[in-house]
Amino acid sequence: MKVEITVNGEHTSHDVEPRTLLAHYLRENLGLKATNIGCDTTSCGACTVLVDGEAVKSCTVLAVQADQQTVTTMEGLDGAAKGELGHPVTKAFRQEHGLQCGFCTPGMVMAAVSLIEENPDLTEKDVREGLEGNLCRCTGYHNIVRAVLVAAGKDPDAAQAAEAVSDERTTAPGFSTGEGDK
Amino acid sequence: MRLPTGLVSRPMSILGTRVVRTEDPVFLTRGATYTDDLTDERLTGALHVTLVRSPLAHATINSIDVEEARNAPGVVAVFTGADCDIAPALLFPAANKKMLRPFLATDRVRYVGEAVAAVLTEEAYQGEDAADLVDVDYEPLDAVVDMKEALKDEVLLFPEAGTNSVTAMHLNKEEPGDDFFADCEVVVSREIVNQRVAAAPLETRAASAYWGEDGRCTIFCSTQNAQSARDEVAGWLGMDAKDLRLILPDVGGGFGAKIGADPEFALVAWLSKKVGRPVRWNESRSENMTGMVQGRAQLQTITIGGDRDGTVKAYRLDVVADAGAYPRLGVALPMFTRMMAPGTYDIPKVWSTAQVVATTTTSTAAYRGAGRPEATQAIERAMDLFADEIGMDPAELRKKNVVKPEQFPFTTKGGAEYDTGEYAKAIDLACEAANYEGLRAEQARRRERGDALQLGIGVSSYVEITGGGAFVENATVQVHADGTVTVLTGTSPHGQGHATAWAMLASEELGIPVEKITVKHGDTDLIPTGAGTMGSRSLQTGGVAVHNAAVELVELAKQRAADVLEASIDDLELDKATGSIVVKGAPGAKSVSLADLAGTEELKVFHEWDAKKPSFPFGAHVAVVEVDVESGKATVERIWALDDAGPILNPLIFDGQRHGGIAQGIAQAMLEEVVFDPEGQPLTATFADYGIPSAAELPSFDLVTMETPTTINSMGYKGVGEAGTIGSCPAVQNAVIDAVSHLGVRHIDMPLTPVRVWTAIKEAQEATR
Repeated sequence: MKVEITVNGEHTSHDVEPRTLLAHYLRENLGLKATNIGCDTTSCGACTVLVDGEAVKSCTVLAVQADQQTVTTMEGLDGAAKGELGHPVTKAFRQEHGLQCGFCTPGMVMAAVSLIEENPDLTEKDVREGLEGNLCRCTGYHNIVRAVLVAAGKDPDAAQAAEAVSDERTTAPGFSTGEGDK
Repeated sequence: MRLPTGLVSRPMSILGTRVVRTEDPVFLTRGATYTDDLTDERLTGALHVTLVRSPLAHATINSIDVEEARNAPGVVAVFTGADCDIAPALLFPAANKKMLRPFLATDRVRYVGEAVAAVLTEEAYQGEDAADLVDVDYEPLDAVVDMKEALKDEVLLFPEAGTNSVTAMHLNKEEPGDDFFADCEVVVSREIVNQRVAAAPLETRAASAYWGEDGRCTIFCSTQNAQSARDEVAGWLGMDAKDLRLILPDVGGGFGAKIGADPEFALVAWLSKKVGRPVRWNESRSENMTGMVQGRAQLQTITIGGDRDGTVKAYRLDVVADAGAYPRLGVALPMFTRMMAPGTYDIPKVWSTAQVVATTTTSTAAYRGAGRPEATQAIERAMDLFADEIGMDPAELRKKNVVKPEQFPFTTKGGAEYDTGEYAKAIDLACEAANYEGLRAEQARRRERGDALQLGIGVSSYVEITGGGAFVENATVQVHADGTVTVLTGTSPHGQGHATAWAMLASEELGIPVEKITVKHGDTDLIPTGAGTMGSRSLQTGGVAVHNAAVELVELAKQRAADVLEASIDDLELDKATGSIVVKGAPGAKSVSLADLAGTEELKVFHEWDAKKPSFPFGAHVAVVEVDVESGKATVERIWALDDAGPILNPLIFDGQRHGGIAQGIAQAMLEEVVFDPEGQPLTATFADYGIPSAAELPSFDLVTMETPTTINSMGYKGVGEAGTIGSCPAVQNAVIDAVSHLGVRHIDMPLTPVRVWTAIKEAQEATR
């Protein structure tokens, strides 16, 4: 099947197997290898990209579903084509050491771009819950959270200090808090 | 301020400063290049390898029919064990010599996920389709998953071995005697589980191979040590290691599970030769969760004895370790568990033993800490059990029994020689940061009120061994005529930031900025020797080698400059501001830059550094949890971590290593466990089933800094990669149990899920009723 997808501002078109995932389209058809695949259950988020501006796990979308839409990967962020950190999120990830092995990074960065877009007034808790669908095995998230707060224009020290003494439960949405229906 | 700066002051030095990583601009723009991302021309036209894996834990193979698969679209070849002439290999030297692993199973499979056939296709998706068409006729055998059951030798994995016991290397000749605890007023004993966990690096295993016209094979793969992996693969294939080149693209995490080569690497090379084309293999996550080695998996009996005043007098640790189906590095790790058994404590009598047993499960090997976290968990649980029994504060009990500063170097009853440490001070500083007294007061108030949300406070004191596996490492430092520098290292980073850290070490000595220094690693033709990155060894071995090489290079430059400048070498020094050799105390006199010297003659030094000994970083963690006693739900609220690994080279990277370690320790305590059902079926073979924490399940971490240099190298560096995991896991487990100890609970095995905590509370209540 033929698909036409605008990727990082460029028009792309290929004949693909109907079952081709968007992640595979980006990696194999377009050679955009920043987008990584870390699991087969939509759990890790390493493949997160923006589809029409919204964060989507590209391993869970068929390329044909993205037909006639606009996709942005980390390679499409400001400065990236020139190898420069021109985007507030990528800048902050470097400044705050929000990456180690780098595998979760492209997906984490795109999830963060979308999160800040949706809610610029982020607290630490908002960031942690907002990134729940993106797994990192290296950083313990501490510096990723800081990077996202910095990119959102927050003071990460103040935000982390406030969260540390907050009585609000730090439990992922949708998980049992052990408090019944309260 | 959360970012500590180096406490050991180094004026006008880059060492100890917060340098952002030189790796990051590429990682954050086009992304890192992992093995599966390679577009190397040598891999043009590569076939994709899909492995058919056993769905049964234990079975004999009657027959394998590959005809239908062979005729499927895109299939170029299908191979089974009958075709494969790589001799089955003993994957760990000290294991029972009969416990050989075939590269493709022939007559029997011994765990779910064992490779039985390889399908080679033009496109990856065609391989997935064709693999389903390989028809294997299995005759199921009884599985054996439980370690104690396996020790009975009723179900044998290797009938030819006559036993499931893997090794006698950890057994003592004599029992300790009946009087071992005779002088103790109080003795506490209990069996605890250090559960099996998965390293689960985000990049799964991958390898690609091609054979050149010169008869040499090149393998691109994801490993933590290129050179050892090369030697292993060469050994399995019966090749001269010189005919094999391993190239490591970026590696997406390892955590110990990527130490060395996996049998699949050799298989990929063999397949490439067989079909005469390059081949690529990249496993799926569910393959990874059964095929990649797993960690921990120890059953421990801890017995601790002492007096009511808090003097610990005797400690015994009996370990049963699970090797999985085909014994690998996991066979050796109880050595570290036994060596580190006494932890930070000066205990007069310590005795330990370990049995290692094969089960019909995934093989075990290293996972962050590799044998040492198991030791720490055991002794730290023992200390809390003892504290509970005698009614003493756990922090006080620890401080009373730790090795004192004046006792260093201290040879332990485990056989380790601890280099340097201030264990009581570490406990004090961590407790002070946490306001330990305040926390205890709040706990008392909640207990008094009978709150549903109870507070638990857990303390751990730990010492670990770093650089314990391989003491020798090498570095090459070369200054080029254009003023740039190349550093070659035998270490093998996969997230640890060596490109930045090693550049800092070279920059410090050469006076050349970090931006002009390129660090290369992981190509066995370029760097034929090296021991890679594992066991928190890299800085104290490879980093010190870079430092030494740079120091030597400056000496070499001075010798050459003496001729150029017509001066005595003793009158020369390196002006670090300009990267030039100058005459001391003669500003404005003639000078010559390192770059100019390099333009005349190659300016390059190879240095091999033998640390001769390991080092022993230490620390103390304080964890605070809230436990809902009605539901059993425990939440980690705060953790204060003091990890002392000597002088800090780069606080940004140092703390990053601690953060990741702390998270993995909390994850083991609270969430993670690899589970097999009694038939050996894995129940946690995807990320949807296995409990890797997300950001939402973890707090931010409070770090406390302390820097006690080692005496084993001139820089004072110890290792920090595994410290966080070793300290946080027992602190968190102790905290959760502490939260419900007033209800009569003494122990709960990890992971501390709501149902386990709730059950423990119920059982304690029923016992006291």
